[in-house]
Amino acid sequence: MLKVHRDICGYCGCCVSVCPEGALELIDAYLCIEKSCTSCGICAKVCPLGALEVVHEK
Amino acid sequence: MKNKYDILVIGGGPAGAIAAKTAAEKGFSACIVEKRPAIGVPVRCAEGIGREALHEFIDPDPRWISAEMTGASIVAPDGFLMKLESALAGNKVGYILDRKFFDRELVWKAAEAGADVFVKTRASSPLMEDGYVKGAKVECCGKVTKVTADVVIAADGVESKFSRWCGIDTTVAMREIMSSAQYVMADVDIDEHSTVFYLGNEIAPEGYLWVFPKGKRIANVGIGISGKKSGEGHRAKDYLDRFVKKTFPKGKQIEYIAGGVSVCRPLECTVADGLIITGDAARVVDPLTGGGIYNGMYTGRLAAEVAAECIAKCDVSKKALMKYDKTWRASKMGKVIERNYLIKEYLIKQPDEKLNEIIHSVSKLNLKEFTTMSLIKEIMKVNPKLMLELGALAASIH
Repeated sequence: MLKVHRDICGYCGCCVSVCPEGALELIDAYLCIEKSCTSCGICAKVCPLGALEVVHEK
Repeated sequence: MKNKYDILVIGGGPAGAIAAKTAAEKGFSACIVEKRPAIGVPVRCAEGIGREALHEFIDPDPRWISAEMTGASIVAPDGFLMKLESALAGNKVGYILDRKFFDRELVWKAAEAGADVFVKTRASSPLMEDGYVKGAKVECCGKVTKVTADVVIAADGVESKFSRWCGIDTTVAMREIMSSAQYVMADVDIDEHSTVFYLGNEIAPEGYLWVFPKGKRIANVGIGISGKKSGEGHRAKDYLDRFVKKTFPKGKQIEYIAGGVSVCRPLECTVADGLIITGDAARVVDPLTGGGIYNGMYTGRLAAEVAAECIAKCDVSKKALMKYDKTWRASKMGKVIERNYLIKEYLIKQPDEKLNEIIHSVSKLNLKEFTTMSLIKEIMKVNPKLMLELGALAASIH
C-alpha cells in the first residue's frame, strides 16, 4: 500500500507524471491515490523529497 | 461561469494564459480553469528564459524580472569553472523571472483580452461524445458544472491528468523525469548577472545543479537528477542540501520547493478529436536545459491559432487539429527539442573524466550568439573526436 507522508510532501506532481497506472492526482496541495495503484514504488523512488513509501501489509 | 465556450483551457500557467489570450484576441470565447487558488504559486521553476524567447511574447517589465543575465558559467565535475560571456560585454542574454508575478501578468493579459478566468476550479473529467472531447466537468468548492467547448486545450503541466482521461498515455519513464528541488536563498555570495551550472555524477547524477541569481545576494539554488538515480538517502533534496551546506553555509533559505521536469521526447501525438495538448503536459520541455516557459507559450499560442481556424471551419477532428502537431514539430522549437534530446542522451552517458575533458578544452569562449547551440558548436570545434562519437547528430548540427 502506498503511503503519503503529508508532512514531507511538497505537492510538486513529480510522482503523478511517472505513475504507469495514472493512479495519482494532485488536487491543489493534496496528493490523492486511486484504487488502481499497484504499489509498484516508482513514485516513491523518484520523489525529490522522500514523501512516498510503499508499506507492506502484514 | 458560462456553460459553453469556444475554447476551454485547463491550467493557468504560461501555456494556458497565452492560449486563452490568443483565442480571446481572435474574438473567440475562452475560459481558463486553474485548480490552484492563486495564479503563479507555488513556483516550481528555476525561472530562467532567453532574451529573444521572452521578447517574442512580451516586453520585459521590472515588476516581474528578478534579474538580467549577461553571462553563464559551467562548473566541471573537478571544480574547474568555464565562464561564457557574450561577445558584447554587458549584453543581456537572458532573464531570471519572478514567476509569481509573471504568470499573473500573462493571465491578466488573457482576462483583459476577454477570457474568463476561474481559480480553485478543477477539471475533474472530460465530457466525451462520439469519441470527441466536448468540454469538461469542472469542480469549484464542491459545486460541479458541465462546461462544453468546441476545443479543449490541455495546459495542465507536468502533473497533467486531462489528456490521460481522454485516453492518451502521458507517462514519463522513470529515467526521463528530473526529480528536482530548489531553495530561494538569501545572503549568498554570487555574481548577480551570471547563471552557474554544476555538472557531475557526484553533484547531480544525469542532471545538473543550478544557481540562478534573482538579485544582489539572492538566488534560486536548485537541482534536477534523473528519477532512475533517485532513492532513499540520495534524493534531489539530499544532493541539494549537501551542496548548499558546502557552498552557501551562511545563506538563508527563504523558499523551498520541489518539482518534476520531463526530459523525454514529446508525446507521440499532441492532438485528439476536440483536444490539443500544450506545454509541459505535451512534454515539450527542452530535454537538455529543462527549460519550458518559452515552449509552453509557443505551443499555447499555436494551439489557440489552430483551434480558432478549425472552429471557424466547423471541423475540430483530430485530422484537422493535426496542423498544430505538425507545425510545432517542424518549427525551430521542435527541431531544438529533438537535437537537444540526442545531445542529452549522449551527455548523461559520459563519466566525469570525459565531462572534465570537454569543459577544460574550452576555457573561454567569445560567443557571437549566446545559445546552447553555439556552445555545442564551439565545443565540437575544439574536440574533433566528439564529432565521431556523436555521429549522425554532429552531421545534423553542421
